Amino acid sequence: MNASAGGSASGTPLLSLQDVQVSYPTRGFRSPPLTVLDGISLDICEHETVGLVGESGSGKTTLGRALLGLAPVTGGRVVFGGRDISTLSRAERRRTAKDLQVVFQDPYSSLNPAMTIEDILTEPLLARGEKGGRDIVRRLLDQVHLPQDAGRRLAREFSGGQRQRIAIARALVLDPKLVVCDEPTSALDMSTQARILTLFKEIQETTGVAYLFITHDLAVVRAISHRIAVLLQGKIVELGSAAQVTGDPQHPYTQRLLMAAPVADPVAQRERRVERQRLLERQAERPSEVVDTPR
Amino acid sequence: MLMFIGRKLAAGLVLFIAVTFVTFLLVFSNGEESVRNNLGELATEDQIAQRVNELNLDQPVLVQYVKWLGSLLTGSLGRSFNSGETVTSILATRIPVTLSIIFLALLVTSVLSIAVGVVSAVKGGWVDRSLQFLAGGAAALPSFLVAIALTFLFAIALPIFPATGYVPFGEDPGRWATSLVLPIAALVIHMVANSAQQFRGAMVDALKQDYIRTLRSRGVPERAVVLRHALRNAAAPGLTILSVQTIGLVGGAVLIEQIFALPGVGQFTIRAAIAGDLPSVMGVVVFGTLLVLVVNILADVVNAWINPRVRLS
Amino acid sequence: MSEVTSNLVSPQLDAPVVGRRLWRRVLGNPVGFVTVLLLVLIVAFGVLAPWLAPNDPNLARLELTNAGPFSTDFWLGGDNTGRDILSRLMFATRGTLVAILVVLVVSSLLGGTAGLIAGYFGGRLDDAADWISNVLLALPGIVLLIVLYTVIGPNILLAMAVYGVLISPSYFRLVRSLVQSIRHELYIDAAKVAGLSDRRIVARHVLRAVRGPIIVHSAFVLASAIAVQAALEFLGLGDPTDPSWGRMLQDAFNNIFVNRVAVVWPVLLIGATTLSLVMLGNVIRDALQASASRPTALSPAVVRRLRAEQVSEAEPRSEAGQSDRLPLLRVCDLAIGYPDSTTTVKPVVHGVDLVVERGEIHGLVGESGSGKSQVALSILGILPPEAVILRGAIEFHGEDLLADPRRMREVRGRRIAYVPQEPLSNLDPTFTVGQQLTYGLRAVKDVSRREARQQLLELLDRVGIRNPARVFDLYPHQVSGGMAQRVLIAGALAGDPELIIADEPTTALDVTVQADVLELLRNLQQERELGMVIVTHNFGVVADLCDRVSVMQSGRIVESRSARDLFASPEHEYTRMLLNSSLDGAELRTPLAVGSGA
Repeated sequence: MNASAGGSASGTPLLSLQDVQVSYPTRGFRSPPLTVLDGISLDICEHETVGLVGESGSGKTTLGRALLGLAPVTGGRVVFGGRDISTLSRAERRRTAKDLQVVFQDPYSSLNPAMTIEDILTEPLLARGEKGGRDIVRRLLDQVHLPQDAGRRLAREFSGGQRQRIAIARALVLDPKLVVCDEPTSALDMSTQARILTLFKEIQETTGVAYLFITHDLAVVRAISHRIAVLLQGKIVELGSAAQVTGDPQHPYTQRLLMAAPVADPVAQRERRVERQRLLERQAERPSEVVDTPR
Repeated sequence: MLMFIGRKLAAGLVLFIAVTFVTFLLVFSNGEESVRNNLGELATEDQIAQRVNELNLDQPVLVQYVKWLGSLLTGSLGRSFNSGETVTSILATRIPVTLSIIFLALLVTSVLSIAVGVVSAVKGGWVDRSLQFLAGGAAALPSFLVAIALTFLFAIALPIFPATGYVPFGEDPGRWATSLVLPIAALVIHMVANSAQQFRGAMVDALKQDYIRTLRSRGVPERAVVLRHALRNAAAPGLTILSVQTIGLVGGAVLIEQIFALPGVGQFTIRAAIAGDLPSVMGVVVFGTLLVLVVNILADVVNAWINPRVRLS
Repeated sequence: MSEVTSNLVSPQLDAPVVGRRLWRRVLGNPVGFVTVLLLVLIVAFGVLAPWLAPNDPNLARLELTNAGPFSTDFWLGGDNTGRDILSRLMFATRGTLVAILVVLVVSSLLGGTAGLIAGYFGGRLDDAADWISNVLLALPGIVLLIVLYTVIGPNILLAMAVYGVLISPSYFRLVRSLVQSIRHELYIDAAKVAGLSDRRIVARHVLRAVRGPIIVHSAFVLASAIAVQAALEFLGLGDPTDPSWGRMLQDAFNNIFVNRVAVVWPVLLIGATTLSLVMLGNVIRDALQASASRPTALSPAVVRRLRAEQVSEAEPRSEAGQSDRLPLLRVCDLAIGYPDSTTTVKPVVHGVDLVVERGEIHGLVGESGSGKSQVALSILGILPPEAVILRGAIEFHGEDLLADPRRMREVRGRRIAYVPQEPLSNLDPTFTVGQQLTYGLRAVKDVSRREARQQLLELLDRVGIRNPARVFDLYPHQVSGGMAQRVLIAGALAGDPELIIADEPTTALDVTVQADVLELLRNLQQERELGMVIVTHNFGVVADLCDRVSVMQSGRIVESRSARDLFASPEHEYTRMLLNSSLDGAELRTPLAVGSGA
């Protein structure tokens, strides 16, 4: 599927994945490498949120890590800001760090528990040889709605939601153009999740940052994304506007995914259940049309 | 499973060659000097040259090693500088003594540390705390120190057990047993203290697992939960502990034999080392390394038997 | 060296407490204070030997041969050749200090550096270093040192340096496993993304975390070095002219029938020093881990006192007399707490009431920390051992299970069953699926092995496993999460229960699998007229499955109604807030104007 078929990706994209492949060598003599991602093509523009949704083992986290240089890109190109960053060395890559940042899923493991918030927030500046002033820390804490005096406390003193705010603040220190968000809300409680999503949107509106938002939760991705890509077994099976993918899904897998998520309303959920059964029967009758591979 | 054992044996063989090669290199790096020391000041240059020639000491160390390894394959470890007897025949008389110490100590240690570890982990509370405190203290004391203390208390102050000496099993099983009580007690106190602590930790970890709760929820009796499930899952770290302990035990046995004047390999090692008796020294190294390897492989095999993930991967 | 290496089996990694706070904590502990004091005295005893020793250590006064302590010029008596035991001990201490310092420096530098590099970079380098360390570990240390005497002669410092090399794998393994576990922490990835160089990452994140465990381990290494040095000297492999603890021990031991007391001094000194080091190591380890303080069970007396102090928060039971039929399950005024000191608890559930009728699915919803799982687990009596049920009753068919632990055991697995959250961690990895299901079934039903197998295969088929006979013989690591959850459901059904407690039964599953498992639970419930308590944080699951819902907030039920009413008109503010957080009806974002970003 052509990336631009999904709609709004005209103009020069900020990030362009072209036929990206990620595979790992496997142990053992002559055993073939394990291909986690194959033929991934996707554009992300400035100001845009592209949601990447998939279930466990779909390769969604690997895609994010490949973008960040934490997983090996074994084929295709990753063009960011006009140049291919997939072939850069670690040292060269460090220069792109300013524009490409990350928020991870687990707010407990992503912040060093023994460091103060100030140390954590100024770490990216340190890497660039810049001095991290108190002012920057205060501005960032304000941006993610944390109290000003949080800077001198240790990461382990904060709750999950607060830690995720700190992680977001760290991603914003260098004014990046793109932030990869790897399941940033799935470890959080529902009410916290809603607030963090609002924060993400608010930041995007004020700074114009683009997000690649990776999640397994269709409801989350629907609420935050402009466009959505559906990943299945290492391939993108559907890509389109949020309205289209969650309102009128084309690929059988997307259809199943949509029907599988229960709605928080007993009446609507009863209907959805019936609909799901019908969908499964329909798909079972015509198995040739619903193979779980990209069209 | 056979594949698994085969792989472990191959790895063991490589390890054996590496260990013997390194020690050979060290021990024979200055062979001539050792011969000089061994023969004493009265030896003539001719005698020294003859001995050097006899042992191939004038050849490169690598060649010497290959020759040594070759003769090892035929079951020969050469002749002792001191007595002229073959090293294998000397070892043959001494190995039973050392093995009975090591085997008994290991057996008692395993049984006691599993028992103490399980009780400590399951009971908790003051039982756990006092056992842990005792173990913490006992683990700190080196076994030869314990041996001296035990001799002081139970052989000299209260003469219950013999302070020194060894009676072969064939001669008098009763006296054989009493002659081994103190040596084995000295080794075991130190080792049990160590491995019981570790094993308790493994049991505590195992008992915290989710599946333990689920098993309880199914009505599986507590006894079976502890003995069948938790114990089995604690076995892997437990076996690691025991095989590490065995390595320490080989060293401990040397000292214990010296203190209690037991005619085992350890005593022989010290004499050979002081006298610069190179073939005997290498013989001891072969024995020690083989012993450690056999115990390690046994531990690996038992672990694979218990743990399907090890076996099937 | 066994205590050094066996400590490696489970390196602990917690948020480190460092610097002054650590030392304050160590010295605040009585054992820590005493051992530090002792060690300082022993070091001073050795270091100051040339100034403080009353006599020359090698001066022999024949008239004081085997002299007793406190009776002569020699305060601790004379040895078998008439030398001053006290002075010799002091100089020997000095020698020991130098020797163990050599071991410490050699082993920590060699093993620590190698561990850092191998752990951080991994790959071939790691494989090679690991192999070398395995070879060194397989060497029987003392035997090798004795053997080396043939080469290096009576040079104790060189022997100790070799010993340092021999035990360097202990540092290597410790540091390597610590670094490996840190390397997979996301904050390391975050630092890489932020553009930090490897050197900076190691300095900022890795060294900080390994510092504490290295200090602890060094205490054990020092203790073992003392033992090894003393052992070598005791065997007569040291320099006979220098006084040493081991040599003095040997002299005294050989002379034990003539002068018993002389043995006591070196034994005391060696014992006190190694004991202090190991105890201090343990105290430091505890202090490092104190941040993640482990809960310990309270004593029965404290539990009794806490229960006596309870005041009921329950309203008087009005409905009790009204219905003559007993509900399947009634939880009354249940309060649960966890120890936060040795005499007090922090309550996490404050007086919960809950009624489940036959054939009813009751949802227990709330956010993390609301106490919903605690309530669920207490119904089965499988709370962690340190948890304390402060008050309340759990009535099953009108019979209080809390009052009678034996009755609780009888009911568990037979009439009340449990479906857990994480499918894979809830199967024992060392038994096949079939084996563990069989143990469970035969624990509650008097059936033969063959009958059990037959029944279980039917059950596995019923829960939607396609090839039951094959799955029966698989090990847990060979099945998928969804399949494992079906196995666990089969396990719960095996005893033909009337009530199932399911703790977040679908949270760990993919959405598509979740839908299937919910379907299965619903069908089973209808087929068998099961009562169910479903603990979940997901209102979608509640809407899908539940007849009644209780919403929990910080250990209390704030609202409990039929599912239809609750969703239609939530009464409590908290319920409304939770329902509003649902993203189901969330507004779509306005599509970006074409080219607006460019």
